[in-house]
Amino acid sequence: MREIFDSTIERLFLDLVTPQAVMSCEGGVWPEAMWDAIEESGFTLALAPESAGGAGAAWADVCGIVRLAGRFSLPLPLPEAMLANWLLGVSGLQGCGGRLTIGAQGTLRFENGTVSGEAIDVPWGSEVDFIVAVIAGDEPRVVLLSTYGVQKIHGANIAGEPRDTLVFNEVVPLATELLPLGLYDDVLRLGGAMLRSAQIAGALECGLALTTTYAGERVQFGKPIASFQAIQHQVSVLAEHTAASAIAAEAAFAESSNERLAEFFSMAAKICSSEAAGIGAGIAHAVHGAIGFTHEHALHLTTRRLWAWRSEFGSLTEWSKKLGYAACSGGAKEFWPAITSGQLHNLKGVPA
Amino acid sequence: MSIDQFKYSRIPPEAEAVRGEVRAFLADALKDNPAIRRANSWMGFDAEFSRKLGARGWIGMALPKRYGGGDASPFARYVVIEELLAAGAPVSAHWFADRQSGPQILHYGTDVQREKHLPAICRGEQFFCIGMSEPNSGSDLASIKTRARREGDKWVVNGQKVWTTNAHRSHYMIALVRTGENSSRNQGLSQFIIDLSLPGITIRPIKDLTGSEHFNEVFFDELVLDADALIGTEGQGWAQVTAELAFERSGPERFLSSIALIHTLIDAVGCKPDALQAKEIGRLMARLLTLRHMSLAVTSQLAAGQNPAWEASVVKDFGAVFEQEISELAQLLCDISPKIEGGSDHAQVLAYLTQMAPSFSLRGGTREILRGIIARGLGMR
Ligand SMILES: Cc1cc2nc3c(=O)[nH]c(=O)nc-3n(C[C@H](O)[C@H](O)[C@H](O)COP(=O)(O)OP(=O)(O)OC[C@H]3O[C@@H](n4cnc5c(N)ncnc54)[C@H](O)[C@@H]3O)c2cc1C
Repeated sequence: MREIFDSTIERLFLDLVTPQAVMSCEGGVWPEAMWDAIEESGFTLALAPESAGGAGAAWADVCGIVRLAGRFSLPLPLPEAMLANWLLGVSGLQGCGGRLTIGAQGTLRFENGTVSGEAIDVPWGSEVDFIVAVIAGDEPRVVLLSTYGVQKIHGANIAGEPRDTLVFNEVVPLATELLPLGLYDDVLRLGGAMLRSAQIAGALECGLALTTTYAGERVQFGKPIASFQAIQHQVSVLAEHTAASAIAAEAAFAESSNERLAEFFSMAAKICSSEAAGIGAGIAHAVHGAIGFTHEHALHLTTRRLWAWRSEFGSLTEWSKKLGYAACSGGAKEFWPAITSGQLHNLKGVPA
Repeated sequence: MSIDQFKYSRIPPEAEAVRGEVRAFLADALKDNPAIRRANSWMGFDAEFSRKLGARGWIGMALPKRYGGGDASPFARYVVIEELLAAGAPVSAHWFADRQSGPQILHYGTDVQREKHLPAICRGEQFFCIGMSEPNSGSDLASIKTRARREGDKWVVNGQKVWTTNAHRSHYMIALVRTGENSSRNQGLSQFIIDLSLPGITIRPIKDLTGSEHFNEVFFDELVLDADALIGTEGQGWAQVTAELAFERSGPERFLSSIALIHTLIDAVGCKPDALQAKEIGRLMARLLTLRHMSLAVTSQLAAGQNPAWEASVVKDFGAVFEQEISELAQLLCDISPKIEGGSDHAQVLAYLTQMAPSFSLRGGTREILRGIIARGLGMR
């Protein structure tokens, strides 16, 4: 499954998601043809069970897709739609076709069968028709909401990707169900963190490729700058962080089941990739010199996303603190067993 | 080289199964070891402990049964060694034999050499050291000068090795020496298994900065070796050493050297860390988990018979940065001064590992050399 997914998506992206196309989406333009091609390929529904209209794929099957979305700077919420449909499916709801994203943050309330409050930092919130959110409370529930007629306040992250606020006022959800046992009300934040870790890994792969290529071509002092040891060593560090981010993301996807996300692994992946993002972007720019600082050069498509994604769905600091509190509350004795089992207890109920 | 060569690999259940037994054994065997002894796990030399591990079948596990090994998968061996290191067991005596000399002898040795060494290695009775570095050849290993010349059916060795860990308490050294007449650089090098009890060898311990004696200078003065001391093919020493380095550079000892300090740090901080302490401890934990994924990915490549020299360099360099960061962070996060006498467990472990930390990016290849290898793999050299 994995190979077919990867090669199908890569071909599609090579065709449609060119740097030119990405650049022209900045500021919130929705690339209609690109989305239609992706929807037709069926990937937005990949993670919904077959009984819910999906492909019943496993998380491990789609890590490559999300990494590719990062590598190509895909200007669409495909990863978000996949997560949304996974959550609908695991909650026993039908998958949702069409323009779909997630609302992982905000003040949504569920009262008398209707939803009110704000969903904030919603990826492509103004452009989509549907969003999936989790409403916290004693009985956390999943809701699928139409964005039709909802107040939309436009915002954008550093990379110019829409991060909008949607204001709901007594909106009847299109579908809703209690969150299944074993999932918590931060499931979309955690899932979002896992997605971004894979996208960051992909973006770093792109940054690494651009940087090694450029270093081989750019000549100063009569030789390619790749021959300078100072450059070689910086790029090696970039490669190390790229490898670390990629395998950390792969581990999080591989250890997530159709029923639940691998919490510790996803947090660790977001922590490592968020750290790598800043280091990696810095090195890529250092090696590219002034040309990489121009709007015309494609490097910024990657580096500005690295700077944006590292703080979305929980920063290095937020997830590290969570892990650290849990590690300390377990004491030294539980530290190593947590590493080998991949199970860290006490992750719930610690201050954020 | 591609980043995709780091494939996430789970430890198979049959390999994982040994973990409980190892943990139970170590909980008992090390119950009286104070934190400071656990901190020098990799440098801790305890021949009797090594024999106990040998008796349990935990040395040379991945070697074939007919040579005293366990025919276990590299993953089972991985489980055992990471548990030993995490618990701070004194593993130094048999470490080099288990990690590289054993596999080297299996791969390149004759049947006589295998019979002579492998069963004894597996019993924890034959200890090896690695004779690569020389006074004028550190990073530039291909410039070594120690030479073996043929005399009849014997080899006669002259020269000097240095920084040889455990030479003063090992039975054998696998040495890289020059055998080609007028050869230079990586041509004309060969490897020998040198019996360290032979006449013509002088071994002098060198005190390290903590005052302990782990590494040595070793002099060869008209040392006479039998023909069967040569391991592998004459003149192929460079290729053999390079293959060996993939084993040497990717294991859990490349990122677990400071784990004793993580343990004492967590206990010193207590169950109510402040925000900075929680953040940094959580970040270390995430990095450790990820380094282990990377190291296991290399293990699965080794298991598949590949030579992941590039990936191993990535693990070692990334791991060394991590190991070295821990003593710096421990200093930052707690107002506890390091102590070499008196003081708490944490103060002592902090003192010890603060002093050991510089070696983490030297032994087994320096940071600069590893980054050069990584860059070459990226096509930059
Ligand atoms: C604790 C410990 C145990 C050891 N155990 C063993 C052992 O058992 N057996 C054994 O054979 N050796 C052993 N060594 C030696 C180790 O392999 C060497 O220290 C290492 O290879 C570096 O050599 P050097 O110390 O001579 O430093 P040098 O090679 O002189 O390097 C000094 C500095 O120059 C840099 N440098 C050198 N060449 C370059 C270059 N081309 N480009 C950029 N920078 C460069 C290095 O990176 C380093 O920063 C041990 C070392 C230590 C510290």
